[in-house]
Amino acid sequence: MIAVIGSGIVGSLIAREINKYIEDVFIFEARNGIGTGVTKGNSGIIHGGYDDTPGSLRSELCYKGNKLYDEISQELSVEVKRVGSHVVALNEDELKAIDELEERAIQNGVKEYEILDKVELLEMEPNLNKSALKSFYCPIAGVTEPWEVAMQATKSVEINGGKVLKNKKLVEVKKKDNKFELFFEDGSSYIADLVINVAGLYADEVAKLFGDEVPYIFPVKGEYYLLGKDIKYANAVIFPTPSKLTKGCLVVPTVDGGYLAGPTAHGVKSKQDLSTTQEGLLEVREKSLRLVPTLDFSRNVIKTFAGLRPETKEKDFHIDVGGGNVIHVSGIRSPGLTAAPAIAKYVVEYLIQEKLHINLQKRKNYIGQIEKVPHLVEKDYDYWERVIQEDPDAGEMICYCNKITKKEIKEAIKNGARTLDDVKFATRASFGECQGSFCIPKILKIISEETGLKPEEVLQNEKGSWIINSEVRAI
Amino acid sequence: MKYETDVVVLGGGGGGMAAAKAADKNGANVILIEREEENGGVLNQCIHNGFGIHYYRKDLTGPEFKETLQEELANTNIKILNSAFVLNVNKDKQLTFVNHKGIHEIKTKALVMATGARERHFNSLAVPGDRVAGIFTAGVAQKYINLQNLKPANSALIVGSGDIGLIMARRLHLEGIEVKGVVEILPYPGGLERNVQQCLRDYNIPLYLSHTVTRVEGNKRLSKVYVSQVDENRQVIPNTEKVFNVDALITSVGLIPLTDPVKFVETGPGFITSNTNQTSEDWIFAAGNCTVVFDLVDYVSREGEKAGKYAALYSQNQYFPEQKVKVKKGKNINILHPMYIDPNERTKLYLRVSKTFKRAEVTVEPLGIKMIEEEARPSEMIEISIKPFKDKNLKEIEVSARELG
Repeated sequence: MIAVIGSGIVGSLIAREINKYIEDVFIFEARNGIGTGVTKGNSGIIHGGYDDTPGSLRSELCYKGNKLYDEISQELSVEVKRVGSHVVALNEDELKAIDELEERAIQNGVKEYEILDKVELLEMEPNLNKSALKSFYCPIAGVTEPWEVAMQATKSVEINGGKVLKNKKLVEVKKKDNKFELFFEDGSSYIADLVINVAGLYADEVAKLFGDEVPYIFPVKGEYYLLGKDIKYANAVIFPTPSKLTKGCLVVPTVDGGYLAGPTAHGVKSKQDLSTTQEGLLEVREKSLRLVPTLDFSRNVIKTFAGLRPETKEKDFHIDVGGGNVIHVSGIRSPGLTAAPAIAKYVVEYLIQEKLHINLQKRKNYIGQIEKVPHLVEKDYDYWERVIQEDPDAGEMICYCNKITKKEIKEAIKNGARTLDDVKFATRASFGECQGSFCIPKILKIISEETGLKPEEVLQNEKGSWIINSEVRAI
Repeated sequence: MKYETDVVVLGGGGGGMAAAKAADKNGANVILIEREEENGGVLNQCIHNGFGIHYYRKDLTGPEFKETLQEELANTNIKILNSAFVLNVNKDKQLTFVNHKGIHEIKTKALVMATGARERHFNSLAVPGDRVAGIFTAGVAQKYINLQNLKPANSALIVGSGDIGLIMARRLHLEGIEVKGVVEILPYPGGLERNVQQCLRDYNIPLYLSHTVTRVEGNKRLSKVYVSQVDENRQVIPNTEKVFNVDALITSVGLIPLTDPVKFVETGPGFITSNTNQTSEDWIFAAGNCTVVFDLVDYVSREGEKAGKYAALYSQNQYFPEQKVKVKKGKNINILHPMYIDPNERTKLYLRVSKTFKRAEVTVEPLGIKMIEEEARPSEMIEISIKPFKDKNLKEIEVSARELG
């Protein structure tokens, strides 16, 4: 059995890649949801690959990953919108950064870019700060929903004979001949022939359980605003010129028509600190308004949130074989989401086959194409009508903002959703401007009816996130 | 299926039901569309009394108010479509809706929008802190408790002293949930005075005026809410922090008119209408909380009736306003409805002042209307009746308020 520790976008895509050769793949996820760690709280950008330090593993895998997203999008039925990106220079000083980016793009072998002058730029992005002078425009950059990629990839693993297990926190590892015995917090244990550690923020701690040392991971918090769909702010992803530390605070058109502003980048102590702060949110407002002055932070805000990135001193991915048949995939900071499909191939084609000399044969019975439950409101009416004739639930609207039907919610539950967040991230129900005021009580009821869980047992996400305490009175 | 009718009413709450009733009474064929399984909207979960005092001259609960309207509809030819969600309204007077039987089209002559409002969510306020379970809008908490028999909290703080917040403070208290207070950013309560008395003072629930929530904390579920006092500019005053140990935060921080799926008429942010409830698109009428947020369902139903009547007349080519007089917001007026007046018809003007007054004089000029309001507050709507004034030949009238010394 091949064990993959972590169901984030990188772990799930690695598991999927291995699964093309070997049926017996297990994904062990410590949390109560798929892709709910680092994968959930980032900008969702597929970067162009032009700006990573030449010669780094990041630069090697980012551009390749970008290209692989066409295949990912098609095979996993996930949305990838290549909206392009601008790195915008707002003053003479920042013009230098544009030149530097061009040099890097050349070194990284990225040809898909243009340097746009003010007129061209403002024509494409009329809401941009009018003092913009130039932009480094990359048409192959895009956006996706990283958790959706992870969910579809884990679904692919399940369809192809693998297993995806939640609430499996790895606490101990014993080496047995050439194998590892993995012990989990819930008391269960499994024997694995090969282990891939893709534990995100915790990859360094997991590596230690195998007796291996990988670069120390410290969490860097990024705070965001999510803005609504009703105002148009930008067509492409808008970046400021980068600093040494980060790509800066951006304005991102999301896959479903809203906008993200953020992130900040501040080191925090705890790997569980997902709180937003007064200072952080202020910083996001100030910096993003500098790029797009029309952002309406008083009336157009849907919510704020924070995510953590697994940062290392080296600022590069560390992906290598440890002591025995274990591969550590750690330090997957930006552009990890972009690189993820390329990391999966790097692990399977290079580390497993070449470095560990494990000979793999492609499976004949592998199903590559994974369908997604269709979002009915995006389909044509004839199609939708036919679905309703087969299943009346397809005609019952539950989420009014994002227009999600009861059928879509029930399908998500059939596919393993058990919490309100599972349903939210699988269907987008309760993700809209009312933030679930109309639909959450209904979704809670549907989960309860479909799974037999009592309302008191339906959680928001992780253990402890209860919604209902008890009945008001016994009937 | 394809339907054809004179008037479609979109929304089966207190406004929409009254609109359908009036349109039917004025001779139109009517289809009423409601997205929930039952009509009534928020009335269904408002099991307290205080409804109907103006409209029915009776003190009713929300469900009783709904039932009364429902009985009136039962004796008509109105076609009621429940669990039907309107996907699209186009300028050719066609609607598309979906229900469990399929996707359907309606061709109509007039439309009444009675789509109500939604609650502003706490998330949109960008209050710093942890992402935790246990933060509910008052409406959601009310739905759990009153309709689903589910208790979503053991102890709670309420933010926002609008009527829903006040009512929920009492409701939670009566169901054994410890309510540690109601926090209001303004220096005066956001709801009706009668609710402050009956929901808070009667139960010794503290009201913290000029206070705001600055942070929420918890490990997965809410455990602490930080509250500070604010100055007149709503800036936090240092060293005034209080910490409330509660597992729920119930929010009542405003309602936002819902105008979906009609995108092509004048809004601001609700539908802007005339005194006959006509919008900028002459075949579309609007009433109730999708125009401005009203204090009482009684006003909403009254508005609905008017919208239904004029929509019915319009659909039978009997109502065409010759002229629209603009109503201008003058000094100290925050909310004003309607924004246009057909001077051939009577007008019920609703307004909210933008600050508190000990004694306010509200004027409508140049009509020469003057009204004295004692203790005028933004949270209590002021009503002014205006007679038809066609002969005065006006282009614009202006409403303003001033303190009487």
